[in-house]
Amino acid sequence: MASTSPLRFVLNDADLELTLTPDGSDPKLGRGCAGGTSVLDFVRRELRLTGTKEGCKEGDCGACTVLVGELDDGGRVRYLPVTSCLMPLAEVAGRHLVTIEGLDMGQANTVQRRIVEAGASQCGFCTPGIVVSLVAQLMDSSELESDADADCVDRSLSGHLCRCTGYRSLRDAAAASFCDLRGRQGVPRLVNAGELPEHFLGIAERLQALQAPPAEMNLDRPVVAGGTDLYVQQGEELPTREVTALRTLLPHRPELRGVRVEGGRISIGALTSFEDLAQSEVLRKRIPTITEFMHLVASWQLRNRATVGGNLINASPIGDVTILMLALGAEAVLEGQGEARVLPLRDLYKGYKVLDLRPGEILTGLSFRDVEATEFVDFEKVSKRRTLDIATVNTAARLHLRDGLIHQACLAAGGVAPIPLLLRRTSEIVRGRPIDRETLSLAVAEAQSEISPISDVRGSAGTKRLLVRNLLIAHFAKAAGMEPSDFFLPNAA
Amino acid sequence: MDHLDAEAHTRGRSRYVDDEPRPAGLLQAAVVPSPVAHGEIRSLDLTAVRDYAGVVAVLTAEDIPGSNQIGSVLPDEPLLSTGEVHYIGQPIALVVAEDFHAARHAVARARLDIDERPVVVDPKEAFERGHLIADPQSVHMGDVDAAWAQCDVVVEGEATISGQEHVYLETQRARALPEENGAIRVLSSTQSPYVGQRTIAGILGVPLHQIEVDVRRLGGGFGGKEDQATPWACFAALAAHHTGRPVEIVLSRAEDLLMTGKRHAYRSDYKIGVTRDGRILALDVRHFQNSGAACDLSLAVLGRTLFHTTNSYFIPNVRVWGAPCRTNIPPATAFRGFGGPQGMFAVESALTHAAEALGIDREELQRRNLLRSSDSFPYGQNAATVRIRRCWEELDEGFDLEATRQQVEEWNDRHPAVKKGYAVMPVTFGISFTATFLNQASALLHVYTDGSVSLSTGGVEMGQGLFSNLAVVASRALGIEPTRVRVESTNTRRIANMSASAASSTTLLNGNATLRAATPLRERLLTHAGERLGSDPSLLTIENEQLLCDGEPTGWDWPKLVKSAYLHRVSLSAHGFYATPEIHYDEARGRGHPFAYHVCGAALVEVTVDGLRGSYEIDRVRLVHDLGRPLNRRVDLGQVEGGLAQGLGWMTVEDLRYDETGRNLSAALATYKVPDVYLMPRDLEVRFIEEPDTEAGPYHAKAVGEPPLMYGLGVVFALRRALRAFGRDGQLPFVAPMTPEQVLLQLQGDDDPSRLVSKSLGTRVPVPAEAVSS
Ligand SMILES: Cc1cc2nc3c(=O)[nH]c(=O)nc-3n(C[C@@H](O)[C@@H](O)[C@H](O)COP(=O)(O)OP(=O)(O)OC[C@H]3O[C@@H](n4cnc5c(N)ncnc54)[C@H](O)[C@@H]3O)c2cc1C
Ligand code: FES
Ligand code: FES
Repeated sequence: MASTSPLRFVLNDADLELTLTPDGSDPKLGRGCAGGTSVLDFVRRELRLTGTKEGCKEGDCGACTVLVGELDDGGRVRYLPVTSCLMPLAEVAGRHLVTIEGLDMGQANTVQRRIVEAGASQCGFCTPGIVVSLVAQLMDSSELESDADADCVDRSLSGHLCRCTGYRSLRDAAAASFCDLRGRQGVPRLVNAGELPEHFLGIAERLQALQAPPAEMNLDRPVVAGGTDLYVQQGEELPTREVTALRTLLPHRPELRGVRVEGGRISIGALTSFEDLAQSEVLRKRIPTITEFMHLVASWQLRNRATVGGNLINASPIGDVTILMLALGAEAVLEGQGEARVLPLRDLYKGYKVLDLRPGEILTGLSFRDVEATEFVDFEKVSKRRTLDIATVNTAARLHLRDGLIHQACLAAGGVAPIPLLLRRTSEIVRGRPIDRETLSLAVAEAQSEISPISDVRGSAGTKRLLVRNLLIAHFAKAAGMEPSDFFLPNAA
Repeated sequence: MDHLDAEAHTRGRSRYVDDEPRPAGLLQAAVVPSPVAHGEIRSLDLTAVRDYAGVVAVLTAEDIPGSNQIGSVLPDEPLLSTGEVHYIGQPIALVVAEDFHAARHAVARARLDIDERPVVVDPKEAFERGHLIADPQSVHMGDVDAAWAQCDVVVEGEATISGQEHVYLETQRARALPEENGAIRVLSSTQSPYVGQRTIAGILGVPLHQIEVDVRRLGGGFGGKEDQATPWACFAALAAHHTGRPVEIVLSRAEDLLMTGKRHAYRSDYKIGVTRDGRILALDVRHFQNSGAACDLSLAVLGRTLFHTTNSYFIPNVRVWGAPCRTNIPPATAFRGFGGPQGMFAVESALTHAAEALGIDREELQRRNLLRSSDSFPYGQNAATVRIRRCWEELDEGFDLEATRQQVEEWNDRHPAVKKGYAVMPVTFGISFTATFLNQASALLHVYTDGSVSLSTGGVEMGQGLFSNLAVVASRALGIEPTRVRVESTNTRRIANMSASAASSTTLLNGNATLRAATPLRERLLTHAGERLGSDPSLLTIENEQLLCDGEPTGWDWPKLVKSAYLHRVSLSAHGFYATPEIHYDEARGRGHPFAYHVCGAALVEVTVDGLRGSYEIDRVRLVHDLGRPLNRRVDLGQVEGGLAQGLGWMTVEDLRYDETGRNLSAALATYKVPDVYLMPRDLEVRFIEEPDTEAGPYHAKAVGEPPLMYGLGVVFALRRALRAFGRDGQLPFVAPMTPEQVLLQLQGDDDPSRLVSKSLGTRVPVPAEAVSS
């Protein structure tokens, strides 16, 4: 991407065109913005749209939530709430960026009125972000299932911390607004109902006019997929740099996103978001609990951003999707200088955050053998806070049960080694055996010899060892339809 | 009435300090923090910082024209280090630059050579080494030593409670604007504008009238912006003083977590004696407060701990002692509850221990020892305003405690791997600043000729709904609509010497001050109207904006009344002053009447524990809270629920930890977890007792800010009951927070993780021998 090529997008009701500073420029004063500048800094510091708040710059609080609208295959604009603190400005190209100011009707809309009435805004610092997420929920035209679909309410609040209210009033406000606007979801209907500004109707055409030619990929710059890890790690440096935003490739390489069945294998594009995984019909059919698993991962806004590829390349020993993919036996597809190679995922990890990734290579996707009806895929995650938290230990299992025996097994555990760990020997040892206490005894003993957890703020080494034992029991109990306690013997003492 | 600011909040139009339009030439400041927890600075090389593009000034202790001191109670805390450092994150130098990135990048270039000294993070260790902030304090009643002999069961142990990070969503920030003649106007996110003003004046060596501090609103405070907001305001002012330009300082979340003080952690040794029939005869508690590296508000916090170590119980023989221990972590500070919950945690732990030893139900032991209004507190104040028995009964009957007990037991009989628990948490919390002189407030009221009203008080709006409450108070006193009243920013030029907005007393003090301003103003207007109408002023009233005589319309409305008063040169402004009557306390004797009144309530907390994973759900919280006569029920409910959430968070997932080098291990929101929506139970019911029984608050309203936080403590004991249901007998430590890890370790810490053998999860049915493998 030539650094002088302008960045064109729609912000609220305005068409913007920015020229970003050249690559590698020294942090000088009074400079404009770099492609790596976060959307949050851009709207707050440069444009002084101060309704969007900064509470953490780590994706954890949701105060910075904005909407990003992009054209879907059908030429309609689909809006998702994201945390603007972790999103590079470079990525808004060709999209519609909406801040709280861009939702303003000159008076309170239903969501805003309900929040006021419920007393759900105290200090107010979290409030604009929450309004954005609740409006985003309403812009999604899928019907809400019931008047106060409690899960939907909680999901829409899942990425927001409010330190003042204790959430009850927020839940009530969300439920009441969803109820009020039932049957009027979706952008056109909301506009008609006076809930969204008129200009939302013409956005698709405006975005169409902005679609840019394929950008050249410069892998010397920091590569950003969802940015949800990179911006947390390098939040001080990136804002003054140019970055390569992989998502800008999507219009030209659609295969990088999505879940597909291809020749007896399931393949997943590297830029598939966590929320895409959660909603994937292909996966749901095979792993009915996938949506549930994914809701234990991050928050709605984060899942809209964080990608499968980012999770894998991030090489965190505790990455949730990585652990699941390890257990599924996935292979990674890497591409560099026009060449592609395929590598079993387990061989990608060489040491703590050390990967078998060559310079100039990116991950384009992964694939695994299709899941058969007789197979059982399971995921377990234990964290301090059940939701929006990194696991203390996570484990996943793919078990093929046949004639009461474990025909095939693939078990993986996170947070217990310098790398996301495939429990090879444990998987081996249970093969061909029935699911019973004896098999499980062998498995838990073997697993202990494969793991090497260390104590940290997420848990002591001892805790992690206990959790590995217990989560293996959980997988087996679920696979066998038994109670976990059935596998235990009381202490001899 | 809705929260006055709420609509603006929802539309993103409310302005916080750095949302205000930027004045030309605004600079950004950042501090160079100490990288070590204790040491002496051998050398400090700031050349690379100064040379960094965009840096305008780099200031150290030597650049402070006045006194380098920010301690508001004891002078033991420099604004900028003078050669020693006492905690990681302690400010060493101030960098002022043209923009935010330059300031941050420059800070990273400071070169420090520090001679490291031994680090102490544990309060007991600090005590043993004699590292105290001040002398220990104590409160006692009866004869504890003689009472043990009369007890049937005496148990002792330790209760350990961690600190808590405030996580106000808006981090610390201030903007200083130089004015003519060396005056400086400071926009500060502070709960304590006057302390900010006083400290800045001290730092700059100028009279207080040179410094104006203005506070429109806070994005949350919770005590964390009482004394802890001061240094940031000082930095902005100091930089503005040196550069002559406006300067802003906004902490990143990472800086805020690293540098600012938090709630005090305590280790408390208890000994409790009870009779077989369930009477608590004696309690002896020794608190070791982790005060951090400087005094801050620790002594007042400790005082409140001592006052609340008997919580809601009458115990005839009590000795409570506490030592403020100096350690190498950021100076611990105010946080909603202000030491009260740590005192309560100690007695609730002791009581639970005693109940377990006695073999009676914990709630039974609690109930039998609840305060009666004829009782006294150990510090001498009578319990006349205490209604804890009433609250308990409402909870017991209204929410059917017995049914809960049965449901939990039935569940536990049927589920070997998942157990439920419940606990009742009664709360009796004293209202007032424990430092008597702080219990004063002023209000300034102007009525303009169109009938609109401007009200200033010393109270700060931080989300607690103060401004809405004040608008209600003023409008009721004047007989007009609340919408006529504009509550102004809190400003040291309009209100002098205000106390901090804290101690749940803000509405009480400032509401009463407002009444003291509004009432004489109304009388003046009525006297004037009486003269004009030729009627007896004592028959005149203003109701719904109409002037009535003996209840009949006079044809005058509020605007007409105001206009007439103006034309006849009657003053339309008033100043009100309020000092809480009756309160006093003699620290040396440990006796007095430190509180205007007490707020009571009781909560029933229910949990479900997953024995395999250690994780748990808070299923349900039901509580009864004594509100007096609320000014604004919805605002009060928000305070109750928000306080509860903070208490539940602190007791469960908010895991504030320092390692032995004084490093904060949870200095990011990725590791320091506060409640999210899923953590809070969907099943939450709050019942209010609404009866005026105190004259203290304006219109009989009771304070509501702090007490509800302490309901959260119940979750620890509910979890403990669930652990017991797993068959865990013997000693279990009293620890907060009860993180899932803590729960798992208390359940299975002695299991061998390579074997399928467990004391708590083992099936209790006999198993055939051959099935026992390995
Ligand atoms: C608030 C919060 C909560 C979170 N919760 C969870 C959780 O519950 N579970 C969990 O597992 N994780 C969690 N995370 C971590 C989350 O950041 C990662 O899991 C996420 O998958 C990273 O994806 P990304 O697309 O955002 O990666 P990015 O941040 O964009 O990139 C991460 C790294 O991978 C590289 N990279 C990305 N894509 C490619 C590619 N296709 N080819 C080559 N290199 C690439 C980048 O250069 C970078 O070095 C959380 C993060 C946050 C901020
Ligand atoms: S600022 Fe907290 S999530 Fe972005
Ligand atoms: S209202 Fe203060 S954080 Fe939500």
